[in-house]
Amino acid sequence: MKIGFRLNGAETTVDVTPMARLLDVLREDLRLTGSKEGCGEGECGACTVLIDGKAVNSCLVPVVQVRGASVKTVEGLAEDGRLHPVQQAFIDHGGAQCGICTPGFVVAAAELLERDPNPDAVTIREALAGNLCRCTGYQKIVDSVARTLASAEEAGR
Amino acid sequence: MAGASTHSPHIGSGFVRADGPAKVTGAALYVDDVRPDDCLYGATVRSPVARGRLLGLKKDPAFDWSDVVIATADDIPGENVVALMTDDQPVLATGELRHVTEPVALIAAPSRDKALAAVRHVEVLYEALEPLFDPTESATSPIRIFGDDNVFSRLEMVHGDGLDALGRAESAGAKVITGTYTVGLQEQLYIECQGMIATPRDDGGVTIFGSMQCPFYIVKALKRVLGHEKLNVVQAVTGGGFGGKEEYPSMVAAHAAVLALKTGRPVKLIYRRDEDLQATTKRHPAIMTYSTAVDPETGELQAASVDLLFDGGAYNTLSPVVLSRAILHALGPYAVPHVKLDALMVATHTPPNGAFRGFGAPQVMFAAERHMDRIARELDLDPIALRRANLYRDGDVTPSGQTLFDVASIEVLDRALEAAEKPLPPSLVPTRPGGGQAAGRRASGRGVAIAWHGCGFTGNGEAALKGKADVSLDGDRVVIHTASTDIGQGTDSIFPAIVADVLGIDVERVSNAPHDTADVPDSGPTVASRTAMVVGGVVKQGAEKLLAALRAEVGLGDEADFDTLLAARKSDATLRVRAEYEDKGAQWDPETYQGDAYPTYGWSCMVVDAEIDTDTGEVLYRRLVQATDVGKALNPVLAAGQLEGGALQGLGYATSEAVVLDAQRRMRNDRLTNYIIPTTLDAPPMETVLVEFPFADGPFGAKGIGEIPHDVPAPAVAAAIEQATGAVLDTLPMTPEAVLAALEAMEAGEGAA
Ligand code: FES
Ligand code: FES
Repeated sequence: MKIGFRLNGAETTVDVTPMARLLDVLREDLRLTGSKEGCGEGECGACTVLIDGKAVNSCLVPVVQVRGASVKTVEGLAEDGRLHPVQQAFIDHGGAQCGICTPGFVVAAAELLERDPNPDAVTIREALAGNLCRCTGYQKIVDSVARTLASAEEAGR
Repeated sequence: MAGASTHSPHIGSGFVRADGPAKVTGAALYVDDVRPDDCLYGATVRSPVARGRLLGLKKDPAFDWSDVVIATADDIPGENVVALMTDDQPVLATGELRHVTEPVALIAAPSRDKALAAVRHVEVLYEALEPLFDPTESATSPIRIFGDDNVFSRLEMVHGDGLDALGRAESAGAKVITGTYTVGLQEQLYIECQGMIATPRDDGGVTIFGSMQCPFYIVKALKRVLGHEKLNVVQAVTGGGFGGKEEYPSMVAAHAAVLALKTGRPVKLIYRRDEDLQATTKRHPAIMTYSTAVDPETGELQAASVDLLFDGGAYNTLSPVVLSRAILHALGPYAVPHVKLDALMVATHTPPNGAFRGFGAPQVMFAAERHMDRIARELDLDPIALRRANLYRDGDVTPSGQTLFDVASIEVLDRALEAAEKPLPPSLVPTRPGGGQAAGRRASGRGVAIAWHGCGFTGNGEAALKGKADVSLDGDRVVIHTASTDIGQGTDSIFPAIVADVLGIDVERVSNAPHDTADVPDSGPTVASRTAMVVGGVVKQGAEKLLAALRAEVGLGDEADFDTLLAARKSDATLRVRAEYEDKGAQWDPETYQGDAYPTYGWSCMVVDAEIDTDTGEVLYRRLVQATDVGKALNPVLAAGQLEGGALQGLGYATSEAVVLDAQRRMRNDRLTNYIIPTTLDAPPMETVLVEFPFADGPFGAKGIGEIPHDVPAPAVAAAIEQATGAVLDTLPMTPEAVLAALEAMEAGEGAA
């Protein structure tokens, strides 16, 4: 079945079974392997993408559900060759270690920052509670998100 | 030194990690992100039973087998063994099945779904045999799993007058205090599951690409499985390891290789999460009994005896080395003049246990610190004063007879307590202010624990291994060649910083060659808190050698900096030098376990603030402060990050990470929904104080830091629960049910009294 949607800003059509998981379509059919699979059942958030601006676990989404929608993956966060500020913050403040959870975290954090550009630690922890990381203990991830705005402003100066 | 350079040093600064951009954009390629043309997908048929006689396989005739290949032990070209310490573990079982999930056969199919479906349509036929599950009965059971007594390893250490001193101290008025402490399994839970791709080579050999810590372990194992040496092993970007990717990847690689050679096509073998949880190695469970003679007035520890019983599971893996680290750390960071230590590692019909961050130390550190709290409780002493009185100081001697120097024990204690006395910085406000159920009664407590951790291999391990590293000059770029894998800890960024500082150049000009065994020398495994400290030192020597070689080539002296030397070069040939670990002359006797057990030790103190919901038994973390001796922080951001990650893994070990086994000893909670690792909301705000007591033989003074943060949290949490509620927990994990049971037991006890 042909399914069309906007992917990282570009119109895209795939010909797959409608119940195929969005994660598999991204990774296997479209070869966008930035979204990761850590559990396949909505627990780890490694597969997080934005659908119409909302962070969702792509392992739980049948591809037919995104027909006509706008999907953004970690590959689409950077614009015009410039990293999204939260990506830069993860690099600068130790938010990524092994990195397998990082795509999910930066996508979820980008959604949060869209709503609330300067969130406090509680808000950040609540927004990222669906993403698991085994390497960092989360402190540096929380710091990275908390400092995104300040870092971006400093860099822009 | 490149004294002429005005370059500011990278070491000690928070230089950013080299792989950061690839990781934040999704460009970094992990094994499952790679799909060779024409590749098949592998899957594993496993034993459904803990113990049985293997009778064969039955293929479902209704299933379409036309595009499926099955491999059994008969397809192994060389020996059916996963070579590690002993040759007891087969690549695929034949004859007897020794644990549930033991690999029996392999499947290759054109798609992942088809391969998994095929596994479901193969029945393993067996005759059930009586299993042995109880480690306390293993050594005396008539059922044989390993050797003639089921003992993987037995160790004994005596220091001073041993047991005699215990009796003598008691007659002289000391109190003898005895306690038993028990810990369960823990899963590493790297977020990226195990995975390998095996690709046939034109010469009849095979290339292995995948998620791993130790490329040369796989080389060693595959040489035997293939019966030849036509192989190379390449590390993919690896999504966490924590020891779980130390030895187990050899099994996955062997399976992928057998399938690739049988089919003549690349085979990708990626574990599903449930399979990874059920089948791969975990932290060893242990039962640990301590008796200590203590001066009731001063709290001085006078003599001790310790009995450790560890359950290794069905195969030996690295269990003897785990036991070795356990016995050497058994008494914690406290000086005791007379000791007798006994340790036993036995076999049971459960999936094999293996390497996991801390490697035996987290188990004994829980016991040692709980035992200190018991001593404080029974003698009515202040737990912190008791620790302070007995902590190792410079010049103290360990049970192995090693004299300690650069001991940071008191410093980490003071620094952690001092930091914890300050109010929580506003940027770290506590999470989940409500927490748990609104109606719950809450009790707050603070727990403190201290650990030591030997950095690097035990005894003369490094001298025997002689870890190697190459540094090469290619044009104006410098390349480091090591087998040391970056599994998140950042060594692919730290090594270039070390080399850049030696050469006095910008780190951008230094990179790592792919960790491919066809190119890199054997630097030793990425384990034991040794990579930055030991291999980092070898890399530093390599850079110094390169500089010397360059000077010799162009005939310039010390005053010429690196770029002057480059400009003076006549040739543009690649210059490559090799450095090797230099024996520092450690004295170690593996028979008596006496001598220099480790090149140096790291020290850490953690303070955990927690609220205990006395209605649900839930432990809510409010704050974690640690002061940890890192020798020298090569990169403070990376160092603190690794320490914080280890601390949270330790909090998981403390309260949430229970492995539940069924009647066949298969992990029942094999999903992330029911094996509970901490989330952002479970994790406390963390403050990390880096204490620097330099290690003279480490690069720039660095010590290993990978494991120590996992040693300390569990006993600190137990102490916090005790302080908050009075409930005493001496068993891990301290799940809500266990906490409630302890609270009830305490109330019942008070009622009776
Ligand atoms: S893979 Fe989708 S939430 Fe874990
Ligand atoms: S960085 Fe490894 S799991 Fe998060």
